[in-house]
Amino acid sequence: MNGILAKKLGMTQVFTDEGERVPVTVLAAGPCVVIRHKTLDNDGYEAVQVGFGDKKEFRANKAELGNFKKSGVGAKQHLLEFAAEDLAQWPVGKEFGAADILSDDELVDVSGVSKGRGFSGTIRRHNFAMGPQSHGTHNIRKPGSIGANSYPARVFPGKKGPGQYGNKKTTVKNLQVVKVDGERNLVFLKGAVPGPKNGIIVVRKS
Amino acid sequence: MSVNIETLNQETTRELVPVRAGDTVTVNIKVVEGNKERIQPFKGVVIQKKGTGLGSTLTVRKISGNVAVERIFPMHSPRIESIEIDHKGKVRQARIYYMRKLRGRAARISERTR
Repeated sequence: MNGILAKKLGMTQVFTDEGERVPVTVLAAGPCVVIRHKTLDNDGYEAVQVGFGDKKEFRANKAELGNFKKSGVGAKQHLLEFAAEDLAQWPVGKEFGAADILSDDELVDVSGVSKGRGFSGTIRRHNFAMGPQSHGTHNIRKPGSIGANSYPARVFPGKKGPGQYGNKKTTVKNLQVVKVDGERNLVFLKGAVPGPKNGIIVVRKS
Repeated sequence: MSVNIETLNQETTRELVPVRAGDTVTVNIKVVEGNKERIQPFKGVVIQKKGTGLGSTLTVRKISGNVAVERIFPMHSPRIESIEIDHKGKVRQARIYYMRKLRGRAARISERTR
């Protein structure tokens, strides 16, 4: 399989043997459970449906419950499909952790829902420059001109402006796996990962 | 999933000697030369302690020959063998940057007794 579901624990730093400090994000990756197979005959493609994090049975609706009952594992909070070359390697009900998917020094792509910043202005959202702060100016955080006047007599689509910022699926590519702790299902990734602490993260091999 | 960042950090943090600004310390650093590893002492006055937890650092100043040298050590680095306090100094500031302007007899620090 090419990926795993994880929970972001937060950031810290680790030392290499050379004494270098490396900023890392710690993820609790797994334990995940194989819920179901998607097969060529039935679904037109091959994939493994994976569940992560328990939830109470009464929280699941009947469609979900049927799915979980079939696999023989309890209700899970998060479900996702991953492509797999060999379905027989991942039988339904198999539990797996970080060490089964990831190894040290590997490069991974990481997706998560970024921290929501609400309706933000252009300065925070698009790194626009601020106006002068003094001498009676009223142009402190304004976006400035948004285009010419009579021609084209409209604002071009895609013009950067204020609006919802964050709370959106974001992917960071090619993060290095610094360390995998198979016993406790921890993954240490070099650098930052989108989303808040306790956010759900998808780690895929690059 | 009872692991959190604080408990993880405690695994890598080490016991620290209670150094303070103004103390004269010897920092024993592990140095790799070729394929041999040896310990190199660095003796000087602590100018400042900075940061908390894993990222905290220690700035040590010494006069080497006629040149002042300041080195910043990450206190939890595995490259640091040990830190020894040679002399406890009595200073009023937590960061004694004024030491940079002082030389010779003026740069003495009196003993801290309590």
